[in-house]
Order: sequence, then structure tokens, then C-alpha cells
Amino acid sequence: MAEAENVRAEPSAQTRVFGEPVLTLENIELGFGGVKAIDNVSFEVRKGEVLAIIGPNGAGKSSMLNCINGFYKPQSGSITFKGRKLPGMDPHFAAANGVARTFQNIALFRGMSTLDNLMTGRVLKMNRNFLWQALYWGPAQREEIEHRAYVEKVIDFLEIQAIRRTPVGRLPYGLQKRVELGRALAMEPEILLLDEPMAGMNVEEKQDMSRFVLEVNEEFGTTIVLIEHDMGVVMDISDRVVVLDYGRKIADGTPDEVRANQHVIDAYLGVAHD
Amino acid sequence: MSEFWFFLEVLLSGLFAGTMYSLVALGFVLIFKASGVFNFAQGTMVLFAALCFVGFLEMGWPVAVAAIVTVGIMVAWAYSVERLVLRHLVNQAPIILFMATIGIAFFLEGFAEFIWGSDVHPLNVGIPNDAWFVGPEGEMMIQQFDLAAAIIAGLLVTVLALFFHYTRIGRALRAVADDHQAALSVGIPLNQIWVIVWSVAGFVALVAGIIWGSRLGVQFALSIIALKALPVLILGGFTSVPGAIVGGLIIGAGEKLAEIYGAPAIAELVSYMSGINNISLGGVEEWFAYVLAMFFLLFRPQGLFGERIIERV
Repeated sequence: MAEAENVRAEPSAQTRVFGEPVLTLENIELGFGGVKAIDNVSFEVRKGEVLAIIGPNGAGKSSMLNCINGFYKPQSGSITFKGRKLPGMDPHFAAANGVARTFQNIALFRGMSTLDNLMTGRVLKMNRNFLWQALYWGPAQREEIEHRAYVEKVIDFLEIQAIRRTPVGRLPYGLQKRVELGRALAMEPEILLLDEPMAGMNVEEKQDMSRFVLEVNEEFGTTIVLIEHDMGVVMDISDRVVVLDYGRKIADGTPDEVRANQHVIDAYLGVAHD
Repeated sequence: MSEFWFFLEVLLSGLFAGTMYSLVALGFVLIFKASGVFNFAQGTMVLFAALCFVGFLEMGWPVAVAAIVTVGIMVAWAYSVERLVLRHLVNQAPIILFMATIGIAFFLEGFAEFIWGSDVHPLNVGIPNDAWFVGPEGEMMIQQFDLAAAIIAGLLVTVLALFFHYTRIGRALRAVADDHQAALSVGIPLNQIWVIVWSVAGFVALVAGIIWGSRLGVQFALSIIALKALPVLILGGFTSVPGAIVGGLIIGAGEKLAEIYGAPAIAELVSYMSGINNISLGGVEEWFAYVLAMFFLLFRPQGLFGERIIERV
């Protein structure tokens, strides 16, 4: 638990104040056949915070993220985003409105270089019309250069200059995770969804990743929703924690509150049935 | 000396035939690049485009009008395929999409027969069909038709290669082929990409259909030539436009040379080893491409130009 200590500078997480909710999930229900993945869960994501979603395996954390960015449509409930109350999100709508994400099992474009992967993050920032793009040389090229400059900034920020041209399939796991974060950052997101950004990483890699997440949050004011199993990291970097268990929300509060919550302790340590 | 000219003639006719294979293979590559799926319906699209085109010509329309209307039909076709089939299969395994294209192929074949009937239509769009004789004593024959077809194929490929390599669509295409979910998450409009790619594949199918149709007549057997595209793809790599061309050339030249020079050599070897005289072998042309493809699968499964298959364990 000590490895990620003191990553966050003062002011401490507990004293930070956050703005209005940017995303509100109400009574979300999602099932696959007979299995209830998410059972009547409501919570909100507030502007500028780092929100962690934790819970044992199969608690519905990834399903929750998939609802937020529109891969899954909840069977009932609503998502309020950008002043619109929607029955569910649509991936394109989410991406176009500043929701970026990474995946639990890295989903990179494996045959493409780091640079090209990051450039795909700029798709929506470029001129919308594809065909026009293909026919119109000059302006399209200027636009490309502009976006390339932004991507270079992201590359510098994540310290991945050396692997700019490497096909990402060849990179070690930790770096792939970093490139995936880079692609999401290239979208200049308002809300960044991270699905286990530190899974399978060693201590140094986790520290680096925690640092990047916090820097993104603090420097760009990006709201961050992350799923993570490493409790040390979670307690250290998040402002608020939502705990899911068997698809239900069992706690929602600051790391300290959650840590002291009896339901959470039961869910994680198991409870004696007598 | 005439030996040499004969060799050259065999080689050239092989290369010309190769460009025709490339044309068909190209349609496969485009769709494979965009969706990671082998489009079983490509051969049928060649047939369908050719049938529409020849049908309009027989109604007395000028060539240009018939071609433009057919391209329009192929775009509409691409749009409906995306709307009715692909859209509902986002994020499914490639094998499921592949099965869907088999369904599409059968539907289109039935539809084509329903609209245009099953007769063989001769097609002549005015590509010259005389022969030139080259060489000091005219030893080598070149079919003008073959040459024209090769030039058309070459142009088409150059344009497409540039289009997909140097535009943003190329990158979006590769992204979609690599990972649908990730592509969606960065906001690449999957649906638009699919319509574009199927439209372009439809256009390529029309060109291939016109050229093959001029040579063999527009008939249902045209959809079978798609099979010849398979070894071409295996050689060139499923994801490479230039690969489709080089693959086609190698297969075309290889099978002609194997037929003329390889068959007697093999026959001689067999008769030497078995002691039986006067063995003659023919039909090498029929299987040469597939055997070559098999060797590629064994030793270089990604093909000559395909993206390296990188797998971490």
C-alpha cells in the first residue's frame, strides 16, 4: 500500500471541492439473459473529481463503464449528460461529447504505430466529412499537421517519445497501457474512463500511471472515472469511491468513509453466515 | 532466339492474366482492411455489377450512363448491406461477419437472377481486341485487350493505394480492422467507413466485371473467379493493396510458366523415377496457384506484404 503514497500533493483529497455533476446515472439496470449485471445503481460523477469504482470480480464495474460510454444500453434507468436525460448513451455521441476511455484488456490498433494510434484519437477533432477530406489536399494536410502537434504534446507528457514509430503490438504490456491512455488523452476528453489502468503493472509502472492520472486531472481539469483493484492506489488517488457488489451499490463516499464501511469490509473479506 | 521470344510471350500473357486476378482480389482486400472480414460476396458483386451494366447497355443506354448508374446501384447496395446487416453485427467475432457475407452472397446471386435472368450476355465496351506482333520477325504476340485490361487495373490500384495510404480514411480503416470497440471509443464512424469501403469494393467489382465479362461473357460462372482471388490474397497478404497486385502477377505468371515449362519437367522427373515412359502432364495451371498458396501459408502466413501478425503471450 505504501508504494503510491504521497503521490497526491496538498491539498488532500478530502478538502477538495467539486462542481456540479457532469454525469448522473439513475436506477441503472442491466442484465444478460438471467444474470443481473447491474441492479438499480445510481450515482453521479462530479466535475473535476477522480472517482473510483471498486468491487469484487463480477460486481458490474466494467458493465457500468460500458453503459457510460454507450457500448451497453441499460434496460431501464437514465443517464443525464450535457443537460440531456437519455435512456442510454451511444458510443459516437459519447466520444463526440468528450467521453474517452481505455479498456481492461488493452484495445489498441496493434498493427499501427504509437503515433498512428494516438492520431486516431483526433478523428472527431478533424473535419467531419471523410470524403471531402480525401479529395481536398491542402487544407487536409494543414489540419493533419495541427493535430500532429497536439499528439506530440501528449507523447511528451506521457514520456513515450522513444516508441513513437513502434507498432504497438510489439510493446511491453505497461507501455501499451500508456499508449492506450495517450489515445484517450488525444481526444482532449472531459471525462476519462479508465478500466483497470494499473492491472498487471509493477510498482514503478503503477507509480508512473498514478502520476499521469493525477496530472491529467489537475492540469486539465479532466474528470476521471476509474476501475481499479489495487486498494492502495484507489485510496490514494481518488476523491470519491463507489463500491459495487453483485451489481448493487453498497457504498459511495470518500476513501476514508468507504474504508470504514461495514458492508464494504464484508464484501471484501467475506462475512460469516451463521 | 525464338525460344526467348516464346518465353517472353508466355510470361507476358501470364502477367496480363495476373492483373485480372488482382482486380478481383482488390475488392476483397478493401473490405478485409476495413472490417477484418473475408467478404464471401465479392465474387457475386462482380457478377451483379456486370449484369446490371450489360443489362443497361442492352436497353440501349450509352456506356458512360450505364456505368454511372451501375456505380450508383453499387453504392446503394453498400448502403443497404451496412444498414441491414453489418450495423447489427458490430463487435461480433469475424467468423460471424464472414457467415453473414455468405448469406449476402446467396441473396445477391438470387436477386441478380431474379432481375436479369440467367442467360449469358456478350459484352463489348469497345476495348480493342486485335493482336500486335512484336520482335524482329513478329515472334511475340500481344493481345491488345490484355494490355488494356492491365493498364486499367494498374491505374485503379495506384489510385486506391494512394487513397488508402495517404488519407485519414486509411488510418481510420486500419483502426476499424484492428479493433471495432476501440475504433468506436475514439469516435470513428464505423457505419460511414463501411459504406465507403463497400462502395469502393462495388466499384472495383464493376471494373472487374466489365473486363472479365468482355472476355468470357457476362455469366453466372463469373462469381467463381472469386476463388482464384484466394491464392492471390494469401500470397499478397489480406491487408495490402499493392500485395493484391503483386500476388496476382506472381500467380498469373507462375501458372503460365508452370504449365509450359514446369509440366514437362515434372513429367520427365516422374518417368525417370517410375521407369514408365511417355508420361505427359497437363492442367498444372489449374492447381499451381493453390499449391503455391499452401506453401505460403506454411512459411509466410501473413503474405508478402501483409501486416505482421504480432501476438504476445
